[in-house]
Amino acid sequence: MIGLGVQAVLVAAGFALDWRLGLLLALWFGAWTLNAGLAEGRGPWVRRLVPAVFGITLLVLWQMAVRLFEISPVILPAPSDIWAQIIGSLPTLGADFVQTFVKGALSGYLIGCGAAVGVAILIDRSPFLQRGLLPVGNFVAALPIVGIAPIMVMWFGFDWHSKAAVVVVMVFFPVLVNMVAGLKATDSMQRDLMATYSASYGQALVKLRLPAAMPFLFNGLKIATTLALIGAIVAEFFGSPIVGMGFRITAEIGRLGLPMIWAEIAVAALAGSAFYGLVALIEKRVTFWHPSQRR
Amino acid sequence: MVPGRTGLGSVDGGAVVMRSIVPILTVVAVILGLWYLAAVRLNATWVYDQAARDGVTVSFAELVPMTWSQERPVLPAPHQVAKGLYDGLFGQKITSKRSLVYHGWVTLSATLLGFGFGSVAGILLAVGIVYNRAMDMSVMPWAIASQTIPILAIAPMIIVVLNSMGVTGIVPKAIISAYLSFFPVVVGMVKGLRSPDAMQLDQLRTWNAGGFDSFAKLRLPSSMPYLFASLKVGVAASLVGTIVGELPTGAVAGLGSRLLSGSYYGQTVQIWAALFAAAFVAAGLVAIIGAVERVVLKRMGMAR
Repeated sequence: MIGLGVQAVLVAAGFALDWRLGLLLALWFGAWTLNAGLAEGRGPWVRRLVPAVFGITLLVLWQMAVRLFEISPVILPAPSDIWAQIIGSLPTLGADFVQTFVKGALSGYLIGCGAAVGVAILIDRSPFLQRGLLPVGNFVAALPIVGIAPIMVMWFGFDWHSKAAVVVVMVFFPVLVNMVAGLKATDSMQRDLMATYSASYGQALVKLRLPAAMPFLFNGLKIATTLALIGAIVAEFFGSPIVGMGFRITAEIGRLGLPMIWAEIAVAALAGSAFYGLVALIEKRVTFWHPSQRR
Repeated sequence: MVPGRTGLGSVDGGAVVMRSIVPILTVVAVILGLWYLAAVRLNATWVYDQAARDGVTVSFAELVPMTWSQERPVLPAPHQVAKGLYDGLFGQKITSKRSLVYHGWVTLSATLLGFGFGSVAGILLAVGIVYNRAMDMSVMPWAIASQTIPILAIAPMIIVVLNSMGVTGIVPKAIISAYLSFFPVVVGMVKGLRSPDAMQLDQLRTWNAGGFDSFAKLRLPSSMPYLFASLKVGVAASLVGTIVGELPTGAVAGLGSRLLSGSYYGQTVQIWAALFAAAFVAAGLVAIIGAVERVVLKRMGMAR
């Protein structure tokens, strides 16, 4: 990206200003040169190694910067502090995870996505309803729906039910819009074939149109995984029992317990990508026939 | 690519909306009807409690208007929300702390500032990713992974940490709004800059076009539809980020603080009015980007 000469000048300037800055710059450019070299390589391992090196470099730089410049843990804790916090408070993190993810996000996700698929199949037979509901659904999908969190907390109380309700509303419209598009994905030739088999509406739905809708549906389901976790966490900012990831974040902010907040964020990130990964895995199994899944 | 849509496409679809105006109005009317019925159902308990306390009975005909005109209903009826919204927008001077224009502007300005920085940075990083193999392989997997994690959760922490460092006001919220719009723009723009196929790139090479020419004349123009699609996602995310960023500072200003103070004091009409104001801001921002998109794509001969 930048020539080696420029890098050397920058590192030297860094050392001249402050040896710590020079050290960090040297490490950054060193790792970058290593990665640039690695990226030239071929093979499946390069695809994994290069981002791994980049991620580890960032972590090491973070750790060194915090230690060398003696940044207060109230502003930015070092990765090692966060790791120690994670190991030290596994039971708390586990309880928060169950409260927010399993009870709030997951139940809301299942209800919301199930309802969206059901409604999509119901309105599929009525072009009138589709023309009316889809623009409204598209409109609602663009709105800051997390804002309904205080209302849901008022209606359903502080416990996980209100979080699940927020999640239901958040995931409903993206899944609905995608599912309706998916049910339209068959072409007339395929539908004619079903008609020549004298397939009933139900048979054509199960054998042809639902499978054809799956790639679209999973697109919506994947978008919804992130929304579900965001909804459950943000809803807890508006009131929650004394357990839950969002509650822990707000409570620790009051005590400036930054390592704990970062630990919760690490758990949320892990849960989010695992959830997404799980849905992507199911997608691979269900839509193995789709061109995008072929190798 | 898996086919599908993000759900933001048709907010601005003028032609589609005109053709289906009757169905849309029907659906909206049905929603409003259900809303009024739900208001009766949810607010009835309070009316019956009051009546029992006063030792009187209310008939159903008396009940209905009473459920639609409470001071702090469980679910305010649509006309109450409309009135709250009207009062907030036009009922007072726009500098008043009770004015939704004032709070909306606080939120909108932070959103726009952050969105501007976030998308410019996202576009620049996308250009870097497309032209530098090492950058692509290092950064791109993390940019994609970042879409699956709830980054919004760190918003309160950023606000409080920056506050403790003496940075207050619009900047912390703008930072949150910037990083929320950043990643969608990076991912969309990379996809867009890579959308020209090998044949088109070869064509430019036969014309002896250099790196900059092929960027300015092929890659950048063909990335525009992707850019606008991700800008719409980004601006919606920016707004949510700003609103959530307004929560932890204790309800000072902004639509997020109206939501929070409404939930503290049980002012349901205030919550709903703030919610609708936020919805209008979001819809307006997406519609503006959609309008710019239509003009740009038309001038470029790419209008669909």
